[in-house]
Amino acid sequence: MNSAGERLVNGIVKENPTFVLMLGMCPTLAVTTSAVNGLGMGLTTMVVLALSNVFIAMLRGVIPDKVRIPAFIVIIASFVTVVQLLLQGFLPSLYEALGIYIPLIVVNCIILGRAEAYAYKNPVIASLFDGIGMGLGFSVALTCIGAVRELLGAGEIFGIHVMPDSYVPVSIFIMAPGAFFVLALLTAVQNKVKLAGERRGRDMSKIQSGCGSDCMNCADTGCAHRLYDDGAAKQDAGKEDNANG
Amino acid sequence: MNDLMKVSSNPHIRSKTGTSSIMLSVVIALLPAAGFGIYNFGPRALMLIAVTIASTVLTELIFELICKKKITIGDYSAVVTGLLLALNLPPSVPWWVGVVGGVFAILVVKMLFGGLGQNFMNPALGARCFLLISFTSLMTNFDCDAYTGATPLANLKSGAQVNILDMVIGRTAGTIGETSMIAIVIGACFLILIGVIDLRIPGSYIVSFVIFVCIFGGHGTDWAYISAQLAGGGLMLGAFFMATDYVTRPITKRGQYLFGVILGILTGIFRIFGPSAEGVSYAIIIGNLLVPLIEKWTLPKAFGKGGEKA
Repeated sequence: MNSAGERLVNGIVKENPTFVLMLGMCPTLAVTTSAVNGLGMGLTTMVVLALSNVFIAMLRGVIPDKVRIPAFIVIIASFVTVVQLLLQGFLPSLYEALGIYIPLIVVNCIILGRAEAYAYKNPVIASLFDGIGMGLGFSVALTCIGAVRELLGAGEIFGIHVMPDSYVPVSIFIMAPGAFFVLALLTAVQNKVKLAGERRGRDMSKIQSGCGSDCMNCADTGCAHRLYDDGAAKQDAGKEDNANG
Repeated sequence: MNDLMKVSSNPHIRSKTGTSSIMLSVVIALLPAAGFGIYNFGPRALMLIAVTIASTVLTELIFELICKKKITIGDYSAVVTGLLLALNLPPSVPWWVGVVGGVFAILVVKMLFGGLGQNFMNPALGARCFLLISFTSLMTNFDCDAYTGATPLANLKSGAQVNILDMVIGRTAGTIGETSMIAIVIGACFLILIGVIDLRIPGSYIVSFVIFVCIFGGHGTDWAYISAQLAGGGLMLGAFFMATDYVTRPITKRGQYLFGVILGILTGIFRIFGPSAEGVSYAIIIGNLLVPLIEKWTLPKAFGKGGEKA
């Protein structure tokens, strides 16, 4: 379950951080006013996520359980600072557009969630691809949301005017309420697509969101649900007890 | 045998009054306001009303056909939504604004939350606010063949003179259905007489609004200013026809008084301290959101419960 390809599919489709796990909603709703902003935010997060996953996986034998969260935050914050300075230096327009949401990547729950649920328990290469997969899933989701909002709210996609001149932009879509409308719409669409595939008899167990809720017999050690599941907690009781103090 | 055990939800009182007869009486009560709007603004207003109603009814029909649900357009609630929305549009907007608003009102505000009885805010007002935010310039342009320039409320806010008599009769700029206080009050009296609505919400709404204006309006108890505030804008239409919506008002009697007072205060805040001259629609949808809380606070004690402890 830890192959590179499986991790990528898991991050982009099966456990897409935005549409399935519903994590990182703050940047999702706030910066997706255009497709470019969505893509920029997604890729920035992906870089931080992949690098922090690699370092946390490398240091997983060194970091003591009791102080692992501060240790994760220090690692993540270092990479965010690096990325922020790089953006400021080389992509000042994107830096302006994303604003406060770049430093806020430090507290993005996708990154902390992957560190805690996956990178801390898995080898380096698998963690790298888990970070890239999750980051790509986040990027795809944010770009889709941004594109729909930009199309409806400004008649453009990636800054190119595509709607006919007679189209009057529905400006609510580039304001806060539009983010909720589009997020809900796209989540509904991808649920519908998965359901339709299931009805046609295709084996969706590999792609379907969530899990069989049978954590005792589940092989997916990277599954985020395990952390909150009593069964899983009992199964590796020793480790979890240490972890919880 | 199982069928015999089924009990429908309360109330169990038998009556010929149903959703469709109530909604039909609301449509009838809105006819004076709609008629005056058409007389005042010309055939364009009639076209907008027709297009908007067609849009709401067709949206409900198509949604229910696609989702294979029971067809409920026969209860006239979509007609009421469409008519109320049209009466809240300026007469100069393009026809497609009515269509977009109608689709939003029925599809997003009503059907996605489960249809009539489940919607948490008034569909017509939800759609009006959606349009107001989306197409601000179109929705705040009240120029038309009959009138140019600002609405009486905008004039009042900027300190210009307004003609109270014109405002009461309705010969002013504004949305299609809100200008004539007389036509709205005639329809409201009809609804009150046949018992579809009562005065709890409109009464407490208007009284608390007047008190708020007296205290914070900056004109004291100047009757001309207060009556202009009452006759202008959507206050009357909102108080009698939209705040009293069965689905989105509190059920408890004390809750209805409280709801009216909240609406009055919110409208006063929006009109006097807000950047725009009008605030009735935002006040009512914010009030709608508070309804579950109001009902929780004002739940009457069951008979025999509570009382003084010996």
